[in-house]
Amino acid sequence: MNNPIQNLSRRGFLQGAAGLTLGLSLPAFAAKAGAAAAQAAGATFEPTPFLRIGADNTVTVLSKHLEMGQGTYTGLATIVAEELDAAWPQVKVEGAPADAKRFNNLAFGPMQGTGGSTAMANSWDQLRQTGATARAMLVSAAAKRWNVPAAEITVREGVVSHAASKRKATFGELAEAAAAEAVPTSVSLKDPKDFRLIGKHANRKDSFAKTNGTAQFTQDVHLPGMLVAVVAHSPRFGGKVKSFDASKAKAIKGVIDVVAIPGAVAVLAKDTWTAKKGRDALSVEWDDSAAFKLGTDEMRATYQALGKTPGLVARKDGDANAALDGAGKVVSASYDFPFLAHAAMEPMNCVIQRTADGIEVWNGEQFQTVDQGALAAMFGIPVEKVTIHMLYAGGSFGRRASTSVDYIREAAAIVKALGEGAHAKAPVKLVWMREDDMKAGYYRPMFHHRLEATLDADGSIRAWRHRLVGQSIAKGSPFEGFMIKDGVDGLSVEGAATLPYAIPNLQVELHTPAGIDVPVLWWRSVGSTHTAYSTETFLDKLAAEGGQDPVALRLKLLAKHPRHAGVLKLAADKAGWDKPLAPGKVGERRGRGVAVHESFHSFVAQVAEVTVSADGSVKVDRIVAAVDCGMAINPDNVRAQVEGSVGFALSAALHGEITLKDGVVEQGNFGEYAPIRINEMPKVEVHIVASAEKPTGIGEPGVPPVAPAVANAIAAATGKWLTRMPFATEQLKA
Amino acid sequence: MIQLNVNGKQQRVDVEADTPLLWALRDTLLLTGTKYGCGAGLCGACTVHVNGQPVRSCITPVSDVAGKKISTIEVADNTRVGKAVQEAWRKLDVVQCGYCQSGQIMSAVSLLNTKKHPTDADIDAAMAGNLCRCATYVRIRAAIHEAAKALA
Repeated sequence: MNNPIQNLSRRGFLQGAAGLTLGLSLPAFAAKAGAAAAQAAGATFEPTPFLRIGADNTVTVLSKHLEMGQGTYTGLATIVAEELDAAWPQVKVEGAPADAKRFNNLAFGPMQGTGGSTAMANSWDQLRQTGATARAMLVSAAAKRWNVPAAEITVREGVVSHAASKRKATFGELAEAAAAEAVPTSVSLKDPKDFRLIGKHANRKDSFAKTNGTAQFTQDVHLPGMLVAVVAHSPRFGGKVKSFDASKAKAIKGVIDVVAIPGAVAVLAKDTWTAKKGRDALSVEWDDSAAFKLGTDEMRATYQALGKTPGLVARKDGDANAALDGAGKVVSASYDFPFLAHAAMEPMNCVIQRTADGIEVWNGEQFQTVDQGALAAMFGIPVEKVTIHMLYAGGSFGRRASTSVDYIREAAAIVKALGEGAHAKAPVKLVWMREDDMKAGYYRPMFHHRLEATLDADGSIRAWRHRLVGQSIAKGSPFEGFMIKDGVDGLSVEGAATLPYAIPNLQVELHTPAGIDVPVLWWRSVGSTHTAYSTETFLDKLAAEGGQDPVALRLKLLAKHPRHAGVLKLAADKAGWDKPLAPGKVGERRGRGVAVHESFHSFVAQVAEVTVSADGSVKVDRIVAAVDCGMAINPDNVRAQVEGSVGFALSAALHGEITLKDGVVEQGNFGEYAPIRINEMPKVEVHIVASAEKPTGIGEPGVPPVAPAVANAIAAATGKWLTRMPFATEQLKA
Repeated sequence: MIQLNVNGKQQRVDVEADTPLLWALRDTLLLTGTKYGCGAGLCGACTVHVNGQPVRSCITPVSDVAGKKISTIEVADNTRVGKAVQEAWRKLDVVQCGYCQSGQIMSAVSLLNTKKHPTDADIDAAMAGNLCRCATYVRIRAAIHEAAKALA
């Protein structure tokens, strides 16, 4: 189709959209897809890059964000459908192509990517405008066709009607005419009280395909002539291939090629199992001269020593050092947090094929602009020639937003290594086995915290000094300039340097140890994974030392933070904080604990109830959560994300730990690195604060309060303060 | 060449006898609904039914299942229980990333085939072999109860 009127409409809209400077070029893939859809369905109406309405009455929302479980496809579609007044069943979602000009994340600036729980927040105005614009154009098309005033036309559930003349038309029937309408320069948005989908129930758009095996993940891509690559990685970070013997691998029926790439050797075959057998048959000699060789025990000792010395100041209110040296009761605690693997259910993988003048990529694509740039540089082609198909990701938790583009570069290096031989144009699917994925690094960094405080006689906190020791995620990444200020990586201290409590003398310091070369990365809720734990358990310890109720003390210190206080009160109320907890069976100790934390502009408080057995084992019985994430676009998804966050966080609290010995990662599969299973999952109740604020994220903010709430409950039950994760429950024996 | 009975069809697959059923299904027969998660029988993402029993296909060599009736997520809606489980999953929006859910559903169908009204404890026992990294466990429990109710 490509009719010029539609292109003019698009240009008009883009110029009219306040503050957006999006380009006009359609990459080949989108143009092809658009043309194919038009051929199949007749005329198509595309008022903005985010919406396509076909003559078949299908409303397709293009998601610029990755669906990795967090419900983004559904949430984004809800926003468009609301302002468009579409019927929910007619709405479909499609992954947008990689194009930072049209599909950038407004929270990231000129780059396309998903992360930081920003999808809904940055799309809110953009997609409301999209829906309202399309609706207005459908209405003007109907007004012209029926020769009636536009103001008399109503739209409801995908049907445009004029009551007086009893005329009706579907979106599909009006699509072609709407495409010819001028794009309005301004449209009015709904009053939230008139919302029919936002804040109400709308089922997930991916439920059907994910319950019958048809949802397409990268792992499921099969292309004609495709080769599967399984790799042998250096056992140590920074190791290089010295030499390798591929004779045994090549002797395996079905192994097609063996190639060396930086830091690895890849075996290619027509299927995964053969490639894996080939990989296992390789004999590789590694050059570890520049490799990282420390173990986590030595690292921890170094971190603990650093924690006793002053670091770079990340926040300073009053004079905490002087106050700590003065009168009052000094309380201190140290905490240790391990490396954590993301361990998404779908191990990392990527499909890449050379095309006539570029490359095509199939991936659970989270960082389009960063990945496109890296691949364009590797192949010496313009970024527009890197076509990326964004497929569903089988989890990510941050892993697929790799700042160094690690696994995608690896797939590309294999494609390049195939050179100009017989398989030069073969698509290559890189498949990491579970062990490859778990040992490949990019962990939540290991951290050590030391907290010291002074209490006055009445229990009030006069001074608080918090020192953190751990690797920087931003250092050496494209985000270094943006995230590191005066040597302090904001990702290392978020949640600690942003402590909301009213404490007159407060200092937060950071050590970023040198010479630690373990690849690290953001892991669902990033810095708050450790800062919420140390700050919220330490605060409870201070409450206990000062003889104060943990909720009452927090509320006193949160007078200037009504949203923190709001969720805290709601969680406490719903959990029955003021009533005694039912006792356990003989020999069991029960306890209740609370924590509150802000991350990604959302506020979450949780009350945990636990039972500790005589042998020290801990059962988390119930979590009551209260959430303020602004206006909840899809409340059921907000609940689902918090439920899942509880399980994700408990996995880390109870079991999660990646250790290194002589630089070699000791865990490889779910036996040694064990996410919680259904029998360890507590009951979860989620309460959402009614809010008129703009929506903020919910993919991550449910995670941080879980572990501290549980630890505080354990302390309430046993009097023991757990200061390392995963919990060392042997000290809880009766 | 091995003869497999998959989803009611006789299929000849040209793989080595030690090839796990998972890879014959995924890479040879292109039945990609059954997922690879660990390769060691630890996560359950690869769960299929063999003669009606739940089996971890990632550690089951094809030579062990020749001549047996294999069914996968792709035909889950062919049975009354399978359909009820899928419908309950959709009604309650159990899925998040969805990667483990084929295996979860196959295990849930097995449970409901043997226990019409499972308790939470029954569910925990039967489903503990299926990991979900998104931790959709609260809804898995609820959806199994929902399916049981629909089947009653």
